[in-house]
Amino acid sequence: MEKEVNNFQFVEKPEVVEIDTDILIIGGGMAGTGTAFEACRWANPKGLKVVMLDKAAIDRSGSVAMGLSAINTYVGENDVQDYVRYVRSDLMGIVREDLIWDLGRMVDDSVHLFEEWGLPIWKKGDDGFSLDGFQARDAGKALLKDGGTPVRSGKWQIMINGESYKAIVAEAAKKALETNRVATGMDQNLFERVFVTRLLLDANEPNRVAGAIGFSVRENKVYIVRANAILGGTGGAVNVFRPRSVGEGIGRTWFGVWNAGSGYAMGAQAGAEMTLMENRFVPMRFKDGYGPVGAWFLFFKAKATNALGEDYCVTHADEIKEMYAPYHEPMTTALRNHAAMLDMKAGKGPILMHTHEAMQELAKTMEPKRIKHLEAEAWEDFLDMSISQAGLWAADNVEPDKTPSELMPSEPYLLGSHAGCAGFWVSGPGDIPGTPAEWSWGYNRMSTVNGLFFAGDTVGASGHKFSSGSHAEGRAAGKSMVAWCIDHADYKPAAKESVDELVAEMYLPMEMYGKYSGYTTAPSDVDINPHYITPRMLQFRLMKIMDEYVGGVATWYTTSKSMLETGLRKLEMLKEDAGRMAAKDLHELLRCWENYHRIWAGEAHARHILFREETRYPGYYYRGDFPKINDADWKCFNNSKYDPNTGEWVNFKKDYVQLVD
Amino acid sequence: MPSFVMTEKCDGCKGQDKTACMYICPNDLMKLDKDGSVTGTPRKAYNQEPEQCWECYNCVKICLQQAIEVSCYKDFAPLGGSVIPMRGTDSIMWTVKFRNGTLKRFKFPIRLVPEGSVDPYAGKPEPNFDDIKKPGLFTQTADQVAVK
Repeated sequence: MEKEVNNFQFVEKPEVVEIDTDILIIGGGMAGTGTAFEACRWANPKGLKVVMLDKAAIDRSGSVAMGLSAINTYVGENDVQDYVRYVRSDLMGIVREDLIWDLGRMVDDSVHLFEEWGLPIWKKGDDGFSLDGFQARDAGKALLKDGGTPVRSGKWQIMINGESYKAIVAEAAKKALETNRVATGMDQNLFERVFVTRLLLDANEPNRVAGAIGFSVRENKVYIVRANAILGGTGGAVNVFRPRSVGEGIGRTWFGVWNAGSGYAMGAQAGAEMTLMENRFVPMRFKDGYGPVGAWFLFFKAKATNALGEDYCVTHADEIKEMYAPYHEPMTTALRNHAAMLDMKAGKGPILMHTHEAMQELAKTMEPKRIKHLEAEAWEDFLDMSISQAGLWAADNVEPDKTPSELMPSEPYLLGSHAGCAGFWVSGPGDIPGTPAEWSWGYNRMSTVNGLFFAGDTVGASGHKFSSGSHAEGRAAGKSMVAWCIDHADYKPAAKESVDELVAEMYLPMEMYGKYSGYTTAPSDVDINPHYITPRMLQFRLMKIMDEYVGGVATWYTTSKSMLETGLRKLEMLKEDAGRMAAKDLHELLRCWENYHRIWAGEAHARHILFREETRYPGYYYRGDFPKINDADWKCFNNSKYDPNTGEWVNFKKDYVQLVD
Repeated sequence: MPSFVMTEKCDGCKGQDKTACMYICPNDLMKLDKDGSVTGTPRKAYNQEPEQCWECYNCVKICLQQAIEVSCYKDFAPLGGSVIPMRGTDSIMWTVKFRNGTLKRFKFPIRLVPEGSVDPYAGKPEPNFDDIKKPGLFTQTADQVAVK
């Protein structure tokens, strides 16, 4: 098809706002807010500027926007090396242990800050039962940093009253940014409702970022931000695969539905090396509402079985050992999914979480008042972080202390912060014994592109950071970004591409709409037009391709070389068609570019699965043509690089090195 | 479904350019219908893309008129249930209504320090630039991050 260009004949040219800063933070979620807090402290005395862009309002942006009922990484009384062992084991043996160790020694510091800033953290009462944040305060319980005892739901998890978790963390970040604004004399350094579409490469230095370009979703304005160091602090990739609910429930994803894989896309386009992009997370959650199960398993000690009452992890233990040893012990999250799915395929579903039995068992040891508190704790688990699940229970007349609830493995998600490890290959701290020298290149969490840093979901091979770990990792990146700026004080960013061309490309979907929408009689909400594709249909096509060819729910997560190659061919045409996206307003322009980012994230995922000729993550995905784990050939990192000059994408192996016994 | 706005209760945030729900929605869903051409009534907010709603309830919690509620996704939830929050300065009250009429009420803490009073660097050490290339964060001691 003929290539369309934007001559601004059908859409008004936006105002271009140019900003010069030393540090640019893209995304104000847990990672970005951590970066702001740490970077501003180091930047202020040096007069270095820190600017943050977020596509939403940082009080409630990112995956913690709704709140959380637990902080899943708090090392506390445990050994950091055990944290490394736990993450390695759950991620099937291949992780960057230097990054995980580094995170483990920093994460508690962030949790202590959250408590200082007002986050209510449950404490253990004198009778051994849990106290919520108010009760703990009124009982004079010590803060965690002063030796207070949290309520552990698992070895690494602590319970919180986390409805306002993100608002609390955002307040500290906003105030940190404000100290930097005052210290450096900027008019403004926090820009909300600005969506970044791509990174700018430097005109003079190869393999170097010089800035980023984005647009306001509220007014006709484009932002060009030139920077010395940039953080890609965006989230994972959600609704890249067709979700199980395809009506209005499309939005009820397990991870935040707004996570568009933007960091993956923009970093890949800039040429940053990716790692383990084949990894995905398929959470087994309460069916449809995707309410959390962690507290039910770990804190309330509930059991899950098939419809016949059999514990699928026990009944399939031998079979799993035979197929996937030595990864069967302890049974990883992926393999527990695998066991449940064996039963579902055998018609032994639905899988049930016996919440009622757990509650009744716990109630036996309790006074009536305690039982009431227990019931509230069970509901708070949902009301803090997955309110829809509470709504679904209410609509279904399900009381968890009386009836069991169905569990279901969800559609696949790409992320690097939760129980997954897809992301970029970054420099480590450099001081963990045994680390290969080439795993650190001077600036912690810097990618293979100079000046481009990552934290949280975008850092690969280092999962199980969760909210607290993402914040701590953002801080580590923030500190080293300041070091980078000090070391490269003479750098003058100059973008390779012309601003006019970039702006025209960004606004092309608006031009397309203006140019062609009058061609048909279709009203805008049911838009049918042969000249363009709406962002909604772009996403439907992506989700269908990924679902059917790249191992979504349609094929029980199974794919193969021939399926992947077919899927990649279809993705290539979809990418071409993205040159004909149409947007009737700025909101749709946001959706266009988000979905364009999703295509890139999906493509990286498919390419990585294709390269790894084994089934490393049974329960998350299967290579039908290579159904086993093959440690002899594949106990290694699978890395890739897109070349922005040639448009070629290559995958290659990198050695895995074990640092902790 | 998704959050919805009750026509009678929404006041369009009293003539401001942007409503509170527009300000807070993480997914850019809420929109102010200034002239009534979409909703039929001028100066009312509405959810412009319900299928992209995560039901995070931030619009519900922020609305001073309590004009926003959530109608559970109809592709899997039967009608008749509801979950309604009332967020105060330090705690939140939830009312859960079942399809069969059962009512449950819960109250949980949300913060222990008043909103606006966080002072991020109060009592914190100054950064030591000799350590900027070393592991750890400005609030940590060398001992805390030492490899043991």
